[in-house]
Amino acid sequence: MTSMLSRAIRRLPATSAWAFRFSARPFSCSPLSQATGKTVQPKSKKTLAKNGVKNIVVVDGVRIPFLQSGTSYADLMPHDLGRASLHARMHIRYFPWDFVDYIIFGTVIQEVKTSNVAREAALGAGFSDKTPAHTVTMACISSNQAMTTGVGLIASGQCDVVVAGGVELMSDVPIRHSRKMRKTLLSLNRAKTLAQRLALITKIRPDYFAPELPAVAEFSTSESMGHSADRLAAAFAISRVEQDEYALRSHTLARKAQDEGLLTDVVPFKVPGKDTVLKDNGVRPSSMEQMGKLKAAFVKPYGTVTAANSSFLTDGASAVLVMSEEKALAMGYKPKAYLRDFVYVSQDPKDQLLLGPTYGTPKVLERAGLTLADIDVFEFHEAFAGQILANLKAMDSDWFAQNYMGRKSKVGAPPLEKFNTWGGSLSLGHPFGATGCRLVMTAAHRLKKEGGQYGLVAACAAGGQGHAMIVELYPQ
Amino acid sequence: MQSPGYACRSVATSSSLQARTHVNYDVKGDVAVVRFNSPNSKVNTLSKQLQSEFTEIMNEIWANEAVKSAVLIEIWANEAVKSAVLISAKPGCFIAGADINMIASCKTPQEVTQLSQDGQKMFERLEKSPKPIVAAINGSCLGGGLEVAISCQYRVATKDRRTVLGTPEVLLGLLPGAGGTQRLPKMVGLPAALDMMLTGRNIRADRAKRMGLVDQLVDPLALGRGPPEERTIEYLEEVAVGFARGLANKTVSPKREKGLVQKLTDYALSVPFVRQQVYKTVENRVQKQTKGLYPAPLKIIEVVKTGLEQGLEAGYLAESQRFGELALTAESKALTGLYHGQVLCKKNKFGAPKQEVRTLAVLGAGLMGAGIAQVSVDKGLATILKDTTLQGLGRGQQQVFKGLSDKVKKKTLTTFERDTVLSGLTGQLDYKGFEKADMVIEAVFEDLSVKHQVLKEVEAVVSPHCIFASNTSALPISQIAAASKRPEKSVMGGAVYDCNPVCALVLWVLDPTGLCCAAVTLWVGGRAAGRELASGEDGPGFYTTRCLGPMLAEVVRVLQEGILSSPVEGDMGAVFGLGFPPCLGGEWRHRTRAGTTWASLHQESCGLVPAHGSIRTASGGAGRKAGKGFYVYQQGVKNRSVNTSMDEILAQFKVPSRPEVCTEEDIQLRLVTRFVNEAVMCLQEGILSSPVEGDMGAVFGLGFPPCLGGEWR
Repeated sequence: MTSMLSRAIRRLPATSAWAFRFSARPFSCSPLSQATGKTVQPKSKKTLAKNGVKNIVVVDGVRIPFLQSGTSYADLMPHDLGRASLHARMHIRYFPWDFVDYIIFGTVIQEVKTSNVAREAALGAGFSDKTPAHTVTMACISSNQAMTTGVGLIASGQCDVVVAGGVELMSDVPIRHSRKMRKTLLSLNRAKTLAQRLALITKIRPDYFAPELPAVAEFSTSESMGHSADRLAAAFAISRVEQDEYALRSHTLARKAQDEGLLTDVVPFKVPGKDTVLKDNGVRPSSMEQMGKLKAAFVKPYGTVTAANSSFLTDGASAVLVMSEEKALAMGYKPKAYLRDFVYVSQDPKDQLLLGPTYGTPKVLERAGLTLADIDVFEFHEAFAGQILANLKAMDSDWFAQNYMGRKSKVGAPPLEKFNTWGGSLSLGHPFGATGCRLVMTAAHRLKKEGGQYGLVAACAAGGQGHAMIVELYPQ
Repeated sequence: MQSPGYACRSVATSSSLQARTHVNYDVKGDVAVVRFNSPNSKVNTLSKQLQSEFTEIMNEIWANEAVKSAVLIEIWANEAVKSAVLISAKPGCFIAGADINMIASCKTPQEVTQLSQDGQKMFERLEKSPKPIVAAINGSCLGGGLEVAISCQYRVATKDRRTVLGTPEVLLGLLPGAGGTQRLPKMVGLPAALDMMLTGRNIRADRAKRMGLVDQLVDPLALGRGPPEERTIEYLEEVAVGFARGLANKTVSPKREKGLVQKLTDYALSVPFVRQQVYKTVENRVQKQTKGLYPAPLKIIEVVKTGLEQGLEAGYLAESQRFGELALTAESKALTGLYHGQVLCKKNKFGAPKQEVRTLAVLGAGLMGAGIAQVSVDKGLATILKDTTLQGLGRGQQQVFKGLSDKVKKKTLTTFERDTVLSGLTGQLDYKGFEKADMVIEAVFEDLSVKHQVLKEVEAVVSPHCIFASNTSALPISQIAAASKRPEKSVMGGAVYDCNPVCALVLWVLDPTGLCCAAVTLWVGGRAAGRELASGEDGPGFYTTRCLGPMLAEVVRVLQEGILSSPVEGDMGAVFGLGFPPCLGGEWRHRTRAGTTWASLHQESCGLVPAHGSIRTASGGAGRKAGKGFYVYQQGVKNRSVNTSMDEILAQFKVPSRPEVCTEEDIQLRLVTRFVNEAVMCLQEGILSSPVEGDMGAVFGLGFPPCLGGEWR
């Protein structure tokens, strides 16, 4: 497969207009960002440019279709997906890639062979071997972390161009031998004589062969995320019907967005030996009756979280091209959006595991000097319908704000008409490490389409962590 | 005719609601929700009034078409209500048990039997209810509360630490007297039922689920848009209502899936011969453990046996009669007295703390020091454990780790929680960080000069508000305080006695010269460590050790006389049913420097020959800590073996015995009178502030026979 892709790259016209432009790109980096940041605005709102802080922009972003695990990507390796996301579309528009200073990828379940999946994907996608790459992990906000790490590198002047992305392949996860077996095998490696080896082998018992599977569970509490979500929904008194309705909304909106061709960040992916994958395959608007038939998936038998109102295990990858504004302009690109203030928050991993958006939203708004009413577009990661609804209720509760967050009053709940209107993780899918980039790109595309200025991206993550970021539309 | 639903509520209950204070109900759709809420109390108890109100309400719920006269009944007859949920409105308590005073006020066994039979009738009706009843349990569900729960068709409990189920009647010298002895074996199987009833142990919700005692668990909620405790009860109610509805329309089956093991056990127990063997084994074990001093356990076995072998009716009759007999025994009265004492000691009589203890430093990583460190760190105090040698410190740290790991084995803690708890413990050899300590507890050798030295060292580094406490079991606090530069600044808060994880009591000795602040902080410190508290005044040996002393001396004397051939016999033999074998006890307590504690005790108050000390010194044994004494202690060996060289030493110190006081009973009396005499002295000298606290100290701190209720009875 690698050979096929490299052939594709080689076949690219080296003398294309794009390539010419790159080779002729000016290297001067005059600090003109402040001035350019204050150009034409779609609305009369202020811009969030700050004195002394570089404006950082997203030039472009893509993702391969997110697929339910076990479907078309099942036989690939994680870095293949990463490669695909890096390679797709970008390779034509931005070739050659040696202007990229750094590559950062997020991933959660690591394939041990490619533990620095960013490097393997970059090499495999034909990036220069002179471009360093590293991998970050922060559960479901791994690619958010990849992006903001890039933002940090650019803001501090270390880099001008960073490719950030994320990848997850849930079709294949590392299943290990038991600890006892691993210990025996390692000792076997060290054994010198046949007698020593035999002695070790005779110690092996049937229970040594029991495999260890990675669980979507908190290490600290041993609780699965679905179980925690169910408890969270119960704590905020969210009924099964409400959750099913929200999930149905997500699927319906996603299907609508697919049909109207709004999800322009999705790029087709020709899977070797299989058909070209064109779109996300988890979008399945159903009916309330059908969803109501499902049994509780975690808190059995009376829980409210079911397979239908949870996000499903997904394969997928995404990538964005982040640059300093002056660099982007100097290279002649038209950026899509500014990446503005962002925060990371963390709470108690047991009871507040999935409340990251509730904690992150008021904090990031405060930092940016905005209120909830200033936000035109909300893109929240939907881990579970119950989790989203619990977050909305928590954000709308003075009691919660005062007793748990130490705030004087609630921040307020985002209005649903601005909220995840092109579907969300429940319907589009949620490859853990890749969702962050999708959120940012969807926010940027929605801002442009709907004529808004500010988007708020927020997500929760395992470990009781959370992230929120303000995305500002680049002046049109 | 009213339509089913919320509209029923006002009509249904308006007439009788005013009169009811303990039990209440409303209707949610087709499910009646019955709420227990005893006024002006933290707990619900099955008092006469609660019972009568409950019966009244249940009668309304059951009322059938035959009686259509009242408005209420019309609604029920209309079958608007198809099922019911029983729930408590109090967070942390379902029903904590029957009203003890109700039984105590009975004069004759017949009266108590009558009470029991009333209960049996009530619960039998619950059990046979045509409309399914679900018990929604949050908090303690004990004794009578458990009887209510197991009479229902279905049980839903919160998976909370506070949710415990159990039949503690045996601890009060009683038996479950409202049908429990008959119902429980059917529900959880004979062995588990006997275990529950004979030990009276509290069973946490998750274990209860595994045993089949509850059918469903509900996670407690820890946050929300209002107080989480309230939301938890609401949630529990919602879930229980769901199950009640399911039971009524047959979508939920009250039958539980039994595991293979349970099926096999049930099959085995269906053979009469196997049952007989079980009764016999259990009886033997009970005889061995109680030494025939407690009548209740044997009666429980008898009643269970009657029920299983001769049928339910005979079982109910036996239960109520035995209940009546037991209630008026001296043992039951003594145990009830202890229970009241425990409740009393749990009350904070010092008021709110003036100063919170958040950082605690422990000097000396020995058995005691590490024990104190373990309970403190487990309760979330930042704890510094200091010793003089790396080896000693390592041993202490390992003890704390092992103590917490044992909790992991018992599944009361996860490994992750253990590690988090352990991260609160800092082991060190110097006084770094002591300036942050709010309290320093020393647990160094029982040697006045060592104590003085560490006190001086500590005072040089700690902040002015820090309280210095001494874990001495014998040296008077005032003597230790003599070396203090600031005794007036509450330096000498007091002493921790036996703050060891294995004992259930911390005895804080309040220094009469200490400021009130010290007492209060100490009290809270003790509370933080989750122990029961008794207060006592300063004096040599304090209360518990002091009372123990003369008795130990008598034990040694008995050994010297050769009446008992070995200390094992002394310990294991029927020495008055002491929970704590005296020889073993002496060694556990007595630290190194054999005899120092002892000597000081005797010099100051007892005036007895310190034979114990000299024998120990002669044997080279220094008690448990040194690994040798009456017994030989070895790491990792559970059964300690007798130190054989002790026989020779004993022979060396042999004294002639007087045959007139050498029967087993005599020995028992000799030992106990020594103890009791000393106890009276303590009260006279003001070392003990009240006899109740003395009882608590003796029973929980030393293992005085609980059937006697403490030496003050």
